[in-house]
Amino acid sequence: MALLQVEDLAVSFVTRNGINTAVDGVSFTVETGRITAIIGESGSGKSVACYSLLGLVPRPPGRIDGGRALFEGRDLLQMKETALRRIRGRDIAMIFQDPMTCLNPYMSIGRQLMEPLRYHHRVSRQAARARALELLAEVGIRDPAATIDNFPHQFSGGMRQRVMIAMALINEPRLLIADEPTTALDVTIQAQILKLIAELQRRRNIGVIFISHDLAVVADIADTIVVMQRGRVVERGEGEEIFQCARHPYTKKLLAAIPSGSKAPRTEPAEPLIRVRNLCTWFAPGRGAAPVKAVDDVSFDIQRGEVLGLVGESGSGKSTIGRSILRLVPVTSGKIDFDGIDLTALRGRELKRMRRRMQMIFQDPFASLNPRMTVYDTLAEPLLLHGIHSRKHVAQGVLRLMDDVGLARAFVRKYPHEFSGGQRQRIAIGRALATRPEFIVADEPVSALDVTIQAQILELLQALGREYGLTMLFVSHDLAVVRHLADRILVLYRGEVVERGSGDELFERPQQAYTRQLLQSIPGATRGF
Amino acid sequence: MAGRRRGRLSVWRFITLRLLQAIPVILVVITATFFLVRIAPGGPFDSEKPVTREVRAALEAQYRLDLPLHRQYLSYLGDLARGDLGPSFKYSGRSVNELIAAGFPVTAELGLYALLVALVVGGGAGIIAALKPHTAQDYLPMSAAMIGICMPSFLLGPLLVLVFGIHLDWLPVSGWGDISGDKVLPSITLGAAYAAYIARLGRAGMLEVLHQDYIRTARAKGLPQWQVVLKHGLRGGLLPVVAFLGPAFAGLLAGSFVVETIFQIPGLGRFYVQAAFNRDYTMILGTTVFLSVLIVLFNLLSDILAAWMNPRLRAQYGRH
Repeated sequence: MALLQVEDLAVSFVTRNGINTAVDGVSFTVETGRITAIIGESGSGKSVACYSLLGLVPRPPGRIDGGRALFEGRDLLQMKETALRRIRGRDIAMIFQDPMTCLNPYMSIGRQLMEPLRYHHRVSRQAARARALELLAEVGIRDPAATIDNFPHQFSGGMRQRVMIAMALINEPRLLIADEPTTALDVTIQAQILKLIAELQRRRNIGVIFISHDLAVVADIADTIVVMQRGRVVERGEGEEIFQCARHPYTKKLLAAIPSGSKAPRTEPAEPLIRVRNLCTWFAPGRGAAPVKAVDDVSFDIQRGEVLGLVGESGSGKSTIGRSILRLVPVTSGKIDFDGIDLTALRGRELKRMRRRMQMIFQDPFASLNPRMTVYDTLAEPLLLHGIHSRKHVAQGVLRLMDDVGLARAFVRKYPHEFSGGQRQRIAIGRALATRPEFIVADEPVSALDVTIQAQILELLQALGREYGLTMLFVSHDLAVVRHLADRILVLYRGEVVERGSGDELFERPQQAYTRQLLQSIPGATRGF
Repeated sequence: MAGRRRGRLSVWRFITLRLLQAIPVILVVITATFFLVRIAPGGPFDSEKPVTREVRAALEAQYRLDLPLHRQYLSYLGDLARGDLGPSFKYSGRSVNELIAAGFPVTAELGLYALLVALVVGGGAGIIAALKPHTAQDYLPMSAAMIGICMPSFLLGPLLVLVFGIHLDWLPVSGWGDISGDKVLPSITLGAAYAAYIARLGRAGMLEVLHQDYIRTARAKGLPQWQVVLKHGLRGGLLPVVAFLGPAFAGLLAGSFVVETIFQIPGLGRFYVQAAFNRDYTMILGTTVFLSVLIVLFNLLSDILAAWMNPRLRAQYGRH
């Protein structure tokens, strides 16, 4: 007998605008000792299906229209709330998506951990505490005895998710439902948590439902995969089956979305998007003093879809070039053509219209986001301002942007201070992309971030560049960062271009002493980078 | 306020800072009150039967009213620094300190009971309303709260007296501590408006908290509804109420004179209002200073309490 057998489950929401069917005749089974993954994009009904099993869908507006859910032979859907409560947290436990908000901030993690054990099994405080310490150690919390009385905010996201897992397992449930348990975490942490869940599942030989929107995430751990779309199961199969021979077009689409990592070869169109000729941007420090030649007689082209790297130490004029192109600083002389239009000649409304096609990402994601605006407000503002979405449809636009830059939709009402630096830079990137620009100036976008986060943001920029067909000017002081991203690189020294070429050319055959000096300063360069 | 403050601040440093910040505030209150009561027409001895010029001059000299205004002000500040609020102009032979000492305990007791009424009735109504929003269980207490806010105590008091004191004859209609039960009606009258505010604050706070993800976690643990609400929801939901307690208690003390007048209660509020009518300069000033110090203290107290209830803020103040 299957551990859990769901048959023809149907759930709908009764709203003012009518009845929305969220889950429509869904069937699946979970066997003891196996992981069943339910895959689908947000809104496909995968979470609602699982929440409704445990009576966690608020009713009203939720309504179970039919079906059966046999857990060890007993139908969960027919149970009274009191009977269901005895199963919840004892025989079936859950892990949720966002460990930042799923733990009670006013209660120490120890008390929260002990709670299910104390409630369901009436164990003494000491016994519960001992068991909690054991489990914390098992899920990989260092020094549990010292941290058990800490509050959730004292843990990182990954550690909080470990605490959540420990809390779910403390009653040794026979079925674990994990709802996107790694979506809110950074990539490296995600891998650790996945490994932990798979390991604990094997050790305990329990059944697991793993809900995710990402096929790649479950590829390594799922025994059975159920693909859902718009409330229905469109495909199901053993893990390998799905990856080898997916039949449904939706599954194929999900499979295609898994990034392969190789960079598509770029075809070079004849007409460059941006043509800069003899650009000079001088600043006058005061009356009579000699002007500071921040940018002095610089010329270059950027092809459509190209990423041009601009490298130099601080004061080399690299940021000023980016700002000059966007007309954020007054240009002294020279010509900047954007798609055949001379930007230096534009004024007022024409300039505003052009600016929509060009955006900037700044170095410091802390300073460049308004602390009083939620993510929603920050992203909706440019969408509305430039008339890209009507007020009615702007919410969808915002959510799509969040998907694109890899932010969980649940964060939409949060303020910048609630995010990590990497997440904040994602918001800033989302804001820059909101106007669907053709050209982006990224001014040291990763300099303020940790190395691991740097890699993620660079990856994101690369992926988005492909997806949106972006042309990019990538400004950095770090040759190593630029090398992997840029098609071509310009090296700047005191306002002048001293060398240009592809990343590999510059790295292997630097012509100028200054370029060699920059290369030397890369960490690890002397030991054969 | 602590959210804006970055970095670690020890509790004691925080308290000291806040007390230091209060000094200029209180100085402004003293100065403004001192000059405002002098600008108001009439003087402390105008209502007495006419006195001779000599007697009046002697009286004014006794209370230092013959000095230039700025000298009076400075000498008042000097007395104040020593904790002396001066003699009452009206109740000869009694100092303002004595009068406050006599009236304040009664007012404080009344305020405390009123606050209890407000917390229990208001907090309870707020929680009950938040459990089933947009149903009768929500609309009923919230409508009552709206009425409570709108109804002034000089209307509610006599109404309560009429119903419970006279028609039903359950409770005494006036006095304080003379007959058993005579403290009930004044406490309800004074606390009603605050109960209404707390109900609305509590409802909003609980509604927000009950939609948090960690409430869903608590339900997924299999806890019954009452445990979910009381153990997981209450602390976060009532934080705004706690932050409101300080200003509320201060407001109860300062605003008690209407209720004290209705129910013939010998509290500070009545002295305060009478002092204003009598141009009893020192009594007005003394009571104002006393109340403003209390208000500052209670605001500080409720801030500390709110910070203590929230571990994230507690961490910022650090215990090292």
